[in-house]
Amino acid sequence: MFKLIGQRAIASLLSLLGLMVLVFFLSRLTGDPAVLFLPIDATEEMKANFRALHGLDAPLLEQFARYVLDLLQFDFGESLRKARPAIDVVMEAYAWTLPLALITLSLVIVAAIVLGSLAAFNVGGFFDRLVSIVSLIGASAPDFWIAIVAIVIFAINLGWLPTSGVGTPLHWVLPVAVLFIRPFGLIVQVVRGSMLSALSAAYVKTARAKGVKNLPIIFVHTLRNAMLPVITVIGDQAAAMLNGAVIVETIFGFPGIGKLMIDSILQRDFNVVLAAIMVTAIAIFIMNILIDIAYGVLDPRIRN
Amino acid sequence: MSNALLEVHNLSVDFHTARGTVHAVRHVSWSVNRGETLAILGESGSGKSVSANAVMNILDRPPAQIVSGEIFYDGQDLLKVSYETHRALNGKKIAMIFQDPLSHLNPVYTVGWQIVEMMTAHGRPADAARARALELIARVGIPDPEAALHKYPHQFSGGQRQRLMIAMALMLKPDILIADEPTTALDVTIQAEVLALLKELQAETGMGLVLITHDLGVVAEIADRVVVMSKGEIVEAGTPRGVYHNAQHPYTRQLIGAAPGKGEIRVLDSAEPVLLETRKLCKTYGKFTALHDVSLTLHRGQSLAVVGESGSGKSTLARAILRLEKADSGEALWKGRDLIAMKPGELLGVRREIQMVFQDPTQSLNPRMSVYQLISEGWDIHRLMPDRAARQAKVAALLEQVGLAPEHAQRYPHQFSGGQRQRIAIARALALEPELIICDEAVSALDVSIQAQVIALLDDLRKRLGISFLFIAHDLGVVRDFADTVIVMKSGEIVERGPTGDIFAAPQHPYTQRLLAANLDPDPDIQAQRRSAGMGP
Repeated sequence: MFKLIGQRAIASLLSLLGLMVLVFFLSRLTGDPAVLFLPIDATEEMKANFRALHGLDAPLLEQFARYVLDLLQFDFGESLRKARPAIDVVMEAYAWTLPLALITLSLVIVAAIVLGSLAAFNVGGFFDRLVSIVSLIGASAPDFWIAIVAIVIFAINLGWLPTSGVGTPLHWVLPVAVLFIRPFGLIVQVVRGSMLSALSAAYVKTARAKGVKNLPIIFVHTLRNAMLPVITVIGDQAAAMLNGAVIVETIFGFPGIGKLMIDSILQRDFNVVLAAIMVTAIAIFIMNILIDIAYGVLDPRIRN
Repeated sequence: MSNALLEVHNLSVDFHTARGTVHAVRHVSWSVNRGETLAILGESGSGKSVSANAVMNILDRPPAQIVSGEIFYDGQDLLKVSYETHRALNGKKIAMIFQDPLSHLNPVYTVGWQIVEMMTAHGRPADAARARALELIARVGIPDPEAALHKYPHQFSGGQRQRLMIAMALMLKPDILIADEPTTALDVTIQAEVLALLKELQAETGMGLVLITHDLGVVAEIADRVVVMSKGEIVEAGTPRGVYHNAQHPYTRQLIGAAPGKGEIRVLDSAEPVLLETRKLCKTYGKFTALHDVSLTLHRGQSLAVVGESGSGKSTLARAILRLEKADSGEALWKGRDLIAMKPGELLGVRREIQMVFQDPTQSLNPRMSVYQLISEGWDIHRLMPDRAARQAKVAALLEQVGLAPEHAQRYPHQFSGGQRQRIAIARALALEPELIICDEAVSALDVSIQAQVIALLDDLRKRLGISFLFIAHDLGVVRDFADTVIVMKSGEIVERGPTGDIFAAPQHPYTQRLLAANLDPDPDIQAQRRSAGMGP
């Protein structure tokens, strides 16, 4: 198990390195930041000064070499727009995205597992059909539309919740609720399907013959066996959330990593883009290791 | 209501499926008393497990529907009590063990947890449950019970897993133990041990035992009374001896007649030339020795049986000869040419001459290919018979040869029964006109009556077409009926070999003797003699 995780960690580090190279060169192909940042009537001299100040006049390879050296010290350079270290700008945004992702994800996991399991146990019944319909709508409705409708109803018409921004716990309700819907719809369907096949397994028959009650049969005997495919989908959805929810963050004016990334790309703030990509990549890589550990914890046959 | 401990009376169960209603059991009645063993004997699809599942309330409803009947236990009708009342009886008063303990134990929890749960699920304290679990794990003969508690099902052998299931079932000293094919997946020597254990535990606790089986030998060994089921009905009931010697119903007679191990023993005609010869074949997987210096010769038209228990290396031998697995060293000479050293191009030609029939036709036939495609695929691979009309005629002829109909060619494997599927697999092997067919447990998964038919078919092919057989099996009765020569394998080595008659009449190696002693005879009198002679388990 530890060996397996070690191997995965090394593989992830290598892909981080590849990602770093790719992102650096691709972002340099989008254009010259000096042209974009300075006014249209800026002189060539001003542009040259700007390039010299930010090290953009050196050959590309030299820029890259300097960049890698800085990176090893976790120095992503300055943000061109904000004149502060890029990593600080990114971590600030991440401090908003991370709790948003974790709160939403926890709610999704608990709700999807409980409702999906009960639906599978009750297959074909009223509750099962209700969950199926709700999850289908959830998985297929576009989130920008839900976000706007939610703002119109709960913020503007009813006035219960703020329209956008951050500050009070109430500001979190709509972003969490809107972000919740799609992954919930998806995961509840996976839980239901996986539980359905696990419930027909022979060990469930044994448990019933032992006189085990229904709730432990569902949530102790069967669920743990049904979790492996569910964990995989949870990992997938969590990765999307850790990347920042661009649309939802923009609509709700939520200062998270998704919004920061889009803004920085439009403004060619390379250092921030790169720092943001590396930070989210590291977050996803840590989460993948957690998922590998979860596989091993759930199923003893994977451990060795 | 009678005085029996458990009585099933006039039970009928229907299964509502997409294809219509199936009467799984009709008007079935049986009962079992304290200290008594009732065997329910039947082949697959006979409904032999349905009534036991109804007793345990573990029928899936739907599709199952109980149409009529009562199940009396302790003065109440189990079909009328509440779910909660029934649940509280399960495991505590009536316990059940199953075939294939690997899939019936939960793979993600330790066996200790699962055994302890039998008591905690009925409200007993965990520490008392743990003490009782340790006591029972030791009682069923698992070494180091303390360590066993913390292990998972996949870390035990098949026989140990069934012992652990038995320990779990006995945690609350139930009045009745229902055992559904408890020894079917086990080797014969392990089967003998598990049956002996069940008998001992029954003597200690006085519980009633209901044993569901397809095996006349198991009935002869352990049952006090037997009911025979066919197509959902009880066709015969009585003592094993009475039923065996005095069967009234044609189905029972047919079943007894089909039991292997009674035909004339075949003698090898050694004048035929040698077809296959292996010399010192060796194969290891890491530290495990699968084959060690295995040397054998096979003549044209011979049927050579390789017997041994699981892990003895008999399947590895077949795979090494076919080069599905690369042997570490040694030679396998096919008509004088070494298969192990052969180049891929040369090997392709030889592959046509040696065909294989596997144990489970459900897995070895591609479910998405029609019977015609399955049988004719070999001709594509070997570029034979380009003419489509000739192919269709040949497929039809092959299907008739194995006892199927030409119109079956357009159907798919799932539309056939297990026995029919194995016939398709044999037709596929025959399509390439092989000189040797390797059968790896080719009849083990089949019901006895079907098994007898398939064996007769193989024997007919051997006589008419002169095909040789390398026949890998663990069932000694089948081997005795089909093979002229027997090789006994244990831990990757050949421990004994000789003509079938000699091996069965006078086994020399202690392992062969044990194997033969553990093999259950369908005749209750012979089993009783063996027990009193101390040969039996």
